[in-house]
This record gives sequence, C-alpha cells and structure tokens, in this order.
Amino acid sequence: MHPALQGLMTIVIGVSACIAYFALSNQFLDKVLFPARGPNAGRNINRANMIRPWLFLFPALFALGLYLAYPVYETLRLSLTDRVPGGGYEWAGLDNYTQMIAEPKFWEAIRNNMLWLLIVPALSTAFGLLAAQLTDRIGWGNIAKSLIFMPMAISFVGASVIWKLVYDTRPADQDQIGILNAIYMALGGAEPQTWLTIPLWNNLFLMIVLVWIQTGFAMVILSAALRGIPEETVEAAIVDGASPLQIFFKIKVPQIKNTILVVWTTITITVLKVFDIVFAMTNGQWETQVLANYMFDKLFRANDWGVGSASAMVIMLLVAPILVWNVRNARNEMR
Amino acid sequence: MAELKLRGVEKTYGGNVNVLRDINLEIDPGELIVFVGPSGCGKSTLLRMIAGLEKITGGELTIDGQVMNDMPPAQRGIAMVFQSYALYPHMTVRENMSFALKIAKKPQAEIDKAVAEAAKVLQLDDYLDRLPKALSGGQRQRVAIGRSIVRDPKVYLFDEPLSNLDAALRVATRIEIARLKEAMPDRTMIYVTHDQVEAMTLASRIVVLANKGIAQVGTPLDLYERPENEFVAQFIGSPAMNLLPGKVTGTGAQTTVALDAGGVAVSTIPTTDADLGKTVNIGVRPEDLVATEGDAIFEARVDITEALGEVTLLYFESENGVEDGFIAKLPGIHKDLRGTTVRMTADPSKVHLFHNGQSMRT
Repeated sequence: MHPALQGLMTIVIGVSACIAYFALSNQFLDKVLFPARGPNAGRNINRANMIRPWLFLFPALFALGLYLAYPVYETLRLSLTDRVPGGGYEWAGLDNYTQMIAEPKFWEAIRNNMLWLLIVPALSTAFGLLAAQLTDRIGWGNIAKSLIFMPMAISFVGASVIWKLVYDTRPADQDQIGILNAIYMALGGAEPQTWLTIPLWNNLFLMIVLVWIQTGFAMVILSAALRGIPEETVEAAIVDGASPLQIFFKIKVPQIKNTILVVWTTITITVLKVFDIVFAMTNGQWETQVLANYMFDKLFRANDWGVGSASAMVIMLLVAPILVWNVRNARNEMR
Repeated sequence: MAELKLRGVEKTYGGNVNVLRDINLEIDPGELIVFVGPSGCGKSTLLRMIAGLEKITGGELTIDGQVMNDMPPAQRGIAMVFQSYALYPHMTVRENMSFALKIAKKPQAEIDKAVAEAAKVLQLDDYLDRLPKALSGGQRQRVAIGRSIVRDPKVYLFDEPLSNLDAALRVATRIEIARLKEAMPDRTMIYVTHDQVEAMTLASRIVVLANKGIAQVGTPLDLYERPENEFVAQFIGSPAMNLLPGKVTGTGAQTTVALDAGGVAVSTIPTTDADLGKTVNIGVRPEDLVATEGDAIFEARVDITEALGEVTLLYFESENGVEDGFIAKLPGIHKDLRGTTVRMTADPSKVHLFHNGQSMRT
C-alpha cells in the first residue's frame, strides 16, 4: 500500500476510534451501568456524573502513565543498576552517580547548562517583550510579528543547519559563504575564524540559535498580555506626565509581570532540555557539552546505560521544580 | 484660576469622518461645566481633546490664553478622572496618588503632604497601603479623584465618573463631587455624563451636544425652561417633553395655535402677524399638563398608568394626533384614570413653540 494512503488510514482509524470510545463509553455509562430511570434514577445520575470525568480522562491518563511515568521509574532503576555482560542486571547503588560526578565532561555540561539557563531565557524574553511593544502600534506590525514568529515553525535541527551556514568558515583565499565571517573579513579581519571552536564564545553562538527560535514564542504571548492592559491606565499615565519609557517600565511591565515570569520559566525548561542544537552543530566538542547531549553520548554512543540514566535523572531533577513553579504561576494567572 | 476657550474646534478621523465641528465655547474660571448628549454625540471625544488624549484636527484650544493644541497632556495643567477609574493595579493607593508627583520629581516631603491632605479630604486615610483590587467601587473612584487632587490642576476633567457605580453610591459620590467643587471655588471642572440628573444637579452651566455640534449652552434651569430647540426640549427633563403639530392662528403678546388633532393651545411666547399660519410644534412637559373641562390641548384615552407615589404617569393611546410615548405626570395617585378619556391643557407660560425645530422665543 502507498505510504500516504497508510498514513491517511491511520488518521481515520485513530480519530474514529477516539470518537467511538468517548461516545460508546458515555452511552454505556448512561444506559447500562447507571440508567437514569427506575427507582434509583436520581442516585444513578449522580453516580454517573462522578464516574464520567474519569472515564473521559482515562485514555490520557493511561497514555501519560505508559509513556511518562513508567519511563521515569525505569530510568531511575537503570541508573541504580549495571548491565552484566551476556544479559541481566546487578544492583550498583550510587556507583553510576559517583562515576558521573568524577567526569570533567559532566561538570562542563553542568557549567554550560547554567550559562544557557542564565542567558537564553533572559535574552528571549527581553527581545520578545521589545518586539511585542514595538510591533504593537505600527501598520506593518503584523508582518514583522509573522517574520519574528516564523523560526518557531522550524525544527531545532533545521535551525541548526541554517546557523551552521551563518558560522561557516572557508579558507582565507576563497569567498566566505558564512555571513559572520563575511562581515568579519569585510571589517578588516585578518583571517576567517572557525567560530564554533572558540571555547566559551562558541556556547554563545549556539545559544543565539535558541534565542532566535524562542523570541517569537515570547513575543506572541507577551503581545497578547500587553493588549490585555487596560488602555485607560496608560492614558492616565500620559495625563500624569509619564514618558513613553516610564509608561513601559512603570505601568505596562508591572501589569504583565506574571506573564513575563511564565514565559521566562517556560523557556527555561526548554533550555534545560536543549539537545538538538548542540548535537547538530558541535556535538559537544570544543567545550560546548550540555546535559542532554551528555546523556545521549553515554546512553547510545558509549552504551553505558547506568551513567546515561543517572544524567537523565539529573536533568529531571533540575526541570521539576521550575515546572511545578511554572504551573502554579500559570494557574494564578488564570484566576 | 483657569479660563478655557474652544474656538472652531473640530475632530475628523482619517481625513473624512467628521465627529465634531465648529465647537465654540468659553468656560469661565471656577465653573463646573457639564457636557451632556446622547451616546455617540462626541462628548467624551471633546473632553479627551481638551485633555490632549485625542488630537484636535481643527480650531484652537486655549487655557488661560495659551494655545494648547499641541501641548502634551501633562503640561496643560489638567487632571482627568476616568469612567473605569484607571487605577494602576500594581500600585498601592498611596503610590497611585503620588505617581504624577514622583514623575514630576517633586521632593518627597511635598508628595507626602499632598497625598495625606487628599486622603483626608476623601476619607482614604485607612486605605493608603492597600492595592486597588482590595477596595470597593466607591473607594476606587475616590482614589481616582484623589489622584487628580494631588496634582492640584487648574482644570479637572471627569469622564462619566459615576457610570460604574451602583445607584446609591452614585448619589453619594455625586454629592461628594459637589462638595469638592465647593471647597475649590477657583478650580474649573468639566464633567461628561449621559445622566441628566447629574447634569442638572452639578452644573453651573450645561453644554448639550448633539449632531456633531453644540445644541445649547446654559444654566440647568435655562435649558429646562427655555430650550432653544426641540432636541434640547426633549433631551432635558424626564419623561421627555410632548410635541404636537399645529398652525398659528392668533398672534400678539400671546400666541394661539390650532392643533392638527383639533385641540387649541395658548402660549405666552409673543409672535407677530408675520407668523400667522406658520406650521409649528407646541411643546408641553408631562409635569405641566393638567386636567381641564374647558378648552383642551388634546383629549385621549389613558392606556397605562404608573403610580410612583408622589406622582402618577399617564401613558396615552395613540389616537387623535396623540403619538406613542405621549405622557402626562400628575401629582398624587390616579390609578383609576386607566381606560378613561381625559382632557388635558397647560398654563400658557408653560407652552413652548417650535418652528422648524427652533424655539420661537426670541
């Protein structure tokens, strides 16, 4: 069968199965299990209503349990065991963790992750806020917004390929096709730089890719928040004599503070999990290792499932508190 | 002391949509001027133009002789109270009230003193460290007023400040604003409302806006007793003035009008022989109608009565030239009049005459 046809069939079957599940299970609950008639009609309706949410939530809970909760448990187990050659496992306690902590590459990844954590959410949110404010009142603002938002539609790997070309290096006697080197040479640089091999700076060059992607996300959310600010508070500030900058920083930003925090933390979580960009551009060489790529290296290149799982647990432990805080913030925002 | 002048002021959107034209108005120092008019008449737009929040597209605005057309709002010596209060939600009452002075870089001692004074006048002392969301509607509006008092402006602008309050609070706050005005006799206030009770009770002069321009300017009782046109006649007073078409049949110190529906009306508005035979509308306020056995302005069946206690409203059936919405307001309770036919007339001094929509009073 043609693969496109196969895909289409999968979609049709999958969607109708979902609809059928909800419709039929609902019917079963109302007509067979707790019918709304007979002497206990009222009690049956109440019971059916108590069960219904769980019935509808079941597929989601089941899928999440299977694909999220179980893997977490399994990763934890793997991180505490060692594989025995020829099959089977043996209890290893915290050995994998101590081995990981002893590795300089792990600490390099932690350091780089912290750098990413400080720089990327801050720059993305700041640029997003700036773009949201500047595109708000101008005629071609929507076009500008679409352009800024567009990188969101590109996969991380795709973006990495684009930026690899930006940082491209050719021998000095050839034309530079990488725009950064082209500019550098045009400004009188002595010889083309291999940007991605300059330690510490290369981290920054990688971060710019993610900032480029996430700015659009920050802009869209913050732009909606800015529009939600009552226009009259701005007018009152104008009458009170505030300058445009004062209005922005003293009236507008404080009013969308919670949204800024949610955007910031959401990007923070993305940053902690960053893998594709580093994998596709430097693969962790030249001191650009990050935790997720470190985990991938250990798991699938070194085949060291114990240390790989241990690093996965570290990433989860770092993300979890931010996630909890983020959800709590988002809930407050909705109230 | 601030005197405010509008000369030929107009507002056009996008070059061709005209919402206000040729507004001429002189506001004396210490006046409380109320802009009233139906929704969409441009009263709020005019206020926002004075505030500097909307651009004046034609004509000239002067405050104390200085042209203000292109002056930024903060330098016009005005303060504005918004309908939605427009408090800064992230600032406490104290910060809200001191914001303008902080922006103007006034010394802290002066700011504290001004805020304390305003808070005392408005009984907000106990709420200074609360956020707006912890205040009731009335308190929020008082903070909004306090925010303008603190700046001690020459001109106060109020944009429907009571519309978001419930009925009881509206009356209380209205009286508070009247007191505030009394305490500051030299400050000019401009007040926009669609509520004519607010207009009648607060204003030293009312500006009725309609049809992109000013329909009439005058003291509240002027507008009530001597409306210059049918629009003002029907807009001021509740229920609205009744209008009946007819022809002038007698002129002189008193004018006699034979109404198309057969009745006769006499008015103390003098006319000349040139007016004889003119088509006019007579206007009588519901509260000026009285029952009579003799010559009647009209005779009609009472469709519905509304007894309000101190007065009874009679709604007439539309017949004999009496139109829908024709109303008489009689003192006392008269529920028994429902379904009966009554003859109504009015004192000649209370009968208004309009020709082509304009009052014949000169």
